[in-house]
Amino acid sequence: MDDTTYIVAFIVVATLATFATRAIPFLFLGRHHEHPLLLHVGRYLPAAVMALLVVVFLARSGTWAAPAFGADALIPSVLVVALHLWRRNALLSIVAGTVVYMAIQQTQLVNL
Amino acid sequence: MNAALFRKTLPILFGYLPLGMAFGVLFTAQLDYAWWIAPVMGLTIFAGAGQILAVSLIAAKAGMLEVFVAMFVLNARHLFYGLSLLGQFRGAGWRKAYLIFGLTDETYSLLTSRTRTGERREEQRKDFLITLYNQAYWVIGCALGAWLGDNVSFDSTGIEFALVALFIVLAIEQLKSLGEQLPLWIGALAAGVALLALPPDNQLIGAVVLATIALLLQYLKRRNHDALQEGQHG
Repeated sequence: MDDTTYIVAFIVVATLATFATRAIPFLFLGRHHEHPLLLHVGRYLPAAVMALLVVVFLARSGTWAAPAFGADALIPSVLVVALHLWRRNALLSIVAGTVVYMAIQQTQLVNL
Repeated sequence: MNAALFRKTLPILFGYLPLGMAFGVLFTAQLDYAWWIAPVMGLTIFAGAGQILAVSLIAAKAGMLEVFVAMFVLNARHLFYGLSLLGQFRGAGWRKAYLIFGLTDETYSLLTSRTRTGERREEQRKDFLITLYNQAYWVIGCALGAWLGDNVSFDSTGIEFALVALFIVLAIEQLKSLGEQLPLWIGALAAGVALLALPPDNQLIGAVVLATIALLLQYLKRRNHDALQEGQHG
């Protein structure tokens, strides 16, 4: 698949997947929306998905071998958690964490 | 332009412009595609976290099945938004498809919290305009960020961490609204197992499947527990 075909296919698939999550309740779930299994999964799946995305992408963004032991990714992550618990401003937490991560990567602070 | 509705959507404007710009900058910094693809994605996909995840999926040349699953589960919370709007959107005619398409977190929170009169058609017209304004802010943000990222050169090494930071923020928000830690531990554990046991291409899907199975088991356990309790009391 060349680059143009890939990006077109990607946008079509991503658009359909996103639209599906918004349209399914109107198409199918009208009658079942009181089912306790659906309510249970609906209540807890979003939280589980966020946690698993954090772990998967955090694992991919850190240097886990000695001598860094993942500090290059863990330090900005802790900053994001602390800032967000303190100010609860999503944009501030995200920008601050990303800037610190970029500084660490670009200056090789942790991996010397 | 409806001035009263525009004022109602101002908080969304201030949220969507910078977040859209962050996506746009990330898009041009990480990928070699033309900058205008970013606002096109805002036009057709229209999902904040989804589009930021999309950048990393495109960079990894993810397969289409993984793309579908990843985008679907990331946005799975939307499955439950529609349920509270089934009645409100009934009979909205040609506007209904767009109202459903544009049901982002922010639009949902506006539509479900505003005061309504008994005039359903008029209210649906307002819902439609609110959704349209919100998407306009989002697309403009995506375009601005991508154009800036393309024309202002800077060392973008490490900018992909924005995705991790976003997910941390969303996980904290989930924790605060649920008041329960267990689902977060289920997700984290599922991811840990998938990272250790599966090749990189299948880790995301594997973790989602594991977490869903764990939630089903938790549901069955709670149901049996409740049935037992009822048996003891009855």
